[in-house]
Amino acid sequence: MPPYAGPSAARPGDVAGVLRLLVYLVLAVVLMVLDHRGGWLRAVRAQAEVAVQPLWWLAGLPSRAGLALREDAVTRTQLMRDNKLLRNALLVSGARNARLQAAAAENARLRGLLASAERGRLDVQLAAILDIDLDPTRQRLVLDAGSGDGVRIGQVVIDAGGLMGQVIATTPTTATVLLITDPDHAVPAVVARSGVRLMVYGGGRTDALHAADVPLSADVRKGDVLLTSGMGERFPPGFTIGTVQALRPDDSRAFLEGDVSPAAQLDRGRDVLLLRGYKPPPAPAARAPAPAAGMPAVPPPAQAASPQPPPAGGAR
Amino acid sequence: MSRARNGWVLPVSLLLALLLGLVPLPAILQPLRPYWLALVLAYWVLEEPEKIGLGAAFLLGLVADLVFGGLLGEQAMRLTILAFILDRFRARMRFFPLSQQALAIGGLLLNDRVVGAVIHLVLGAPQYPWTFWWAALLGLLLWAPLHLVLDALRLRRRG
Repeated sequence: MPPYAGPSAARPGDVAGVLRLLVYLVLAVVLMVLDHRGGWLRAVRAQAEVAVQPLWWLAGLPSRAGLALREDAVTRTQLMRDNKLLRNALLVSGARNARLQAAAAENARLRGLLASAERGRLDVQLAAILDIDLDPTRQRLVLDAGSGDGVRIGQVVIDAGGLMGQVIATTPTTATVLLITDPDHAVPAVVARSGVRLMVYGGGRTDALHAADVPLSADVRKGDVLLTSGMGERFPPGFTIGTVQALRPDDSRAFLEGDVSPAAQLDRGRDVLLLRGYKPPPAPAARAPAPAAGMPAVPPPAQAASPQPPPAGGAR
Repeated sequence: MSRARNGWVLPVSLLLALLLGLVPLPAILQPLRPYWLALVLAYWVLEEPEKIGLGAAFLLGLVADLVFGGLLGEQAMRLTILAFILDRFRARMRFFPLSQQALAIGGLLLNDRVVGAVIHLVLGAPQYPWTFWWAALLGLLLWAPLHLVLDALRLRRRG
């Protein structure tokens, strides 16, 4: 019998501590798996996030204060310079807008001839981004407008460049946006030049999207602009998603995959636009966005000689 | 009479740590954001274990998951592990000089990154960019000043 008991015998306190650790770890794992799968926990989460809002508001305060300070402190010359720049920008957009107006009128007339459902006007709501940094491995944004301001789950978020994402959760004063760059996100897209349809997935980085399963024979090239196709009835057709940067064979060698740079400014920006009142077209009109199939069936060409094809069609 | 302890320091410091995790940083500095919550929690686990134990660490992690919009349970697990290890070595750690304590904390933060990476790997979530590992080093450097400031606030005599 050795005189010392040695360190082998664990103290009861230790055992209890380890047990408690195990209980908490199991709890955490269960939560993670449930949250990862989605489901009912998402609803609980949405409720709990309401309680977190004051913290978000507080954390966004320094940035708002900084902005206010900057706006107060700008000099007269800076204001004048800004003013001049904006005036020029307004002039350019005004001219561009006038041209678009003509195209839109023509488009409406042609659509009338086609007897297809008219695309609704763009009705948007401006919302500010709440400037806080969320978990960097997730591509989310928090907006400073919530269900109290009429924001609904599923609403499409755009900026001046193009498509940004969609609203996935709302609380009375904030809304969470899932960006198109989130790995959980997919958008049905169409190549503006050739009408080829493909899917664009997020990859978890703010500056890159990913087009997968592009057929080898598909008419897609580097530099092609991708638009939303309107399939799936979540995103209205015709919004810019991004530009194809590179194409290469995927692992199976049976398809191509492409790198797409997003058109929207996803990393920085102060305000976004929320699309309002978009209703997916009724079933018979669902074929309208498919340009290659729809266009040849046009009744006799319109009497007016059109200098340019309507922008929505992408007809050849 | 003077009171030896200021009770408000504990909740206020934890709240501040949460806020510091949310405050927007320029994109270049973002990877260097220290894990304030872990640092502050480590301080309280070492100094006032009767108030902050495994349960508190777990709950704090849950709140942090909600606040940061991450996977529910991830930070709960990371902080619970951190608190457990610290609790084990508390008797030794408390008598370390600050520099050695900082080294130990740096090791714990590194371990915390590993735990986070494993969780993301198992669930198939995207990993943090490699630059985020520098945050552990920054946490190491911040331990001494943080410890001194919290000590000063907590033990300051009133009046």
